[in-house]
Amino acid sequence: MTIAFSGKVWVFGDNLDTDAMYPAFAMKMEPSEAARHIFYEVRPGWTDQVSRGDIVLAGKNFGLGSSRPVAALFTELGVAGLVAEEFNSLFFRNAVNAGLPAMTVPGATGVFHEGDTGTFNLTDGSWRNDTTAASGTVPRLPGLILDIIESGGVLSRLAEQGYLPSELGDLLRSPTVAIRGAGSGA
Amino acid sequence: MGMTIIERILARKAGLDTVSPGDTVVVDVDMTVLIDLQFATMWIAPNRIHDPDKLAVVMDHAVPAPTIKDAAGGPHARKFVADFGISRFYDVGRHGICHQVIAENGLARPGEILACTDSHTCAAGAYNTAARGLGPAEVYSIMCTGTTWFQVAPTVRYELVGAKPNTVSGKDIFLHIANEYGEAANLNLEFGGPGLAGIPMHDRRTIATQGAEVSADFSTFEPDDVLKSFLDERGVTGYAAAAPDPDAAYHDVRRIDLATLEPYVARPGTVSRNGLPVSRLGKQKVDQAFIGSCANGQLEDLRIAAEVLRGKAVAPGVRLLVTPASQAVYSEAMRLGYLQDIVDAGAVVTNSTCGACFGYHMGVLGPGEVCITSSTRNFTGRMGSAEAEIFMASPATVAASAITGYITDPRSVAA
Repeated sequence: MTIAFSGKVWVFGDNLDTDAMYPAFAMKMEPSEAARHIFYEVRPGWTDQVSRGDIVLAGKNFGLGSSRPVAALFTELGVAGLVAEEFNSLFFRNAVNAGLPAMTVPGATGVFHEGDTGTFNLTDGSWRNDTTAASGTVPRLPGLILDIIESGGVLSRLAEQGYLPSELGDLLRSPTVAIRGAGSGA
Repeated sequence: MGMTIIERILARKAGLDTVSPGDTVVVDVDMTVLIDLQFATMWIAPNRIHDPDKLAVVMDHAVPAPTIKDAAGGPHARKFVADFGISRFYDVGRHGICHQVIAENGLARPGEILACTDSHTCAAGAYNTAARGLGPAEVYSIMCTGTTWFQVAPTVRYELVGAKPNTVSGKDIFLHIANEYGEAANLNLEFGGPGLAGIPMHDRRTIATQGAEVSADFSTFEPDDVLKSFLDERGVTGYAAAAPDPDAAYHDVRRIDLATLEPYVARPGTVSRNGLPVSRLGKQKVDQAFIGSCANGQLEDLRIAAEVLRGKAVAPGVRLLVTPASQAVYSEAMRLGYLQDIVDAGAVVTNSTCGACFGYHMGVLGPGEVCITSSTRNFTGRMGSAEAEIFMASPATVAASAITGYITDPRSVAA
């Protein structure tokens, strides 16, 4: 199976922290409502503009801060994948574990402009700006990580392995169920 | 080629002779700690778990429950520990901020790996533990399988030399480092050197905890006699500490002369390249002052606060909130009279919880307010309104600022 995502790119800057994406007041809400508050301060109204299949692309140290399951909120909005010049490693892990594809592309904010269409292939490490035809490759992720993403995240993988009720397997690919099942962090 | 502390621990736990930056390794996790937030709302109970003796559950972020959602999590946690025979359960009443509870109960052991659902888990690096905060889904997975994976990052070594002045705390050392060197994303931090012996354990824990604020992966201290005494007192034995090899390869080695440091403060937004000595800040009024969190709600932090506040009064219009890091800290601070001094000065002492630090309950900031905090993060919106400003400094600086109403160098407030 190939892990790839393609869609309209939203471009953000450096050092976007988890409080900017999953503020404490939103932690008191149900996941679907909490997802409406991503970027509530840095880009108010964005959650009304983003469409299913869109891509969030950011600069350096994307996602510094807490272990809150922010990636699951992006999935809740239908975001197809994350791209950054550099991920905060905890945030990257959370994306992988939520089954949300994420690719590190150095210099990405210079190559993509908001509204461009991009295609990112984790399986072979290739990326392409379909609007400008710029393209490149990055090192492939280890197979272990690709396997988790391909499983739809770590919880559905646990269901496959018998640690969780097997009938929940498909359901756990849904971010709303996954985020509720494993709860939050901080 | 030799290995750094983290490389040594990861190699050991992966069953490998050696690991290097760039490697992805699967490791056995020695202790996994779940927090209350993990159980809020639905919570899916697993069919089986790896080992109940390698698991702990700590109620800390939202206790006593400020919302019905949080309240619903308590019974899930209690049923889970009962069903799976988990003895290390720190329920409301014997609770505390998980990193304090981990320290008090010897859950973090030198040379071992600890995982927990809070991003400040790197706190246990003070005890020579490879400790990391991980997402709730991953911690859930480790609970089931006993293993996880890490990509080995390069290590930055902080070589500490000289003796720190008594007026300088771990917070000041960290804020200086964060200001001087900035972010450490996808890097490990290692602390050691001849100056380490002069840094007490509570200051080491502040520094290790705040590795998260510069985005480090692991933040780990060398083992030494100070650590050994600390662990002996808590009955922690039979561990295999991990020291770095003399020929370990580092991304960078940074020498910190502790003798040259003074009290520091970080401006709002981030601690990275955003701080300065308190003495150079200029006049900055505050509305709220906060001493607490996993970084600075320790017994010694409350002692320092009490010493500054004894016989003084919090300035009119300023709220000083003090949150002991655990019930055990609360009890001991009460027995020693610290809380009496703190309350007599006009401060509010709260229940032990993550509370105000993460802007969830018990001290949320309103629009336009300014806070001076000794907690962990000064991100915009972290402690409440995104229109509030959060400065960060040591407990001594926060206490001194609460007395004057302005961010104040504690050296200028006579005890």
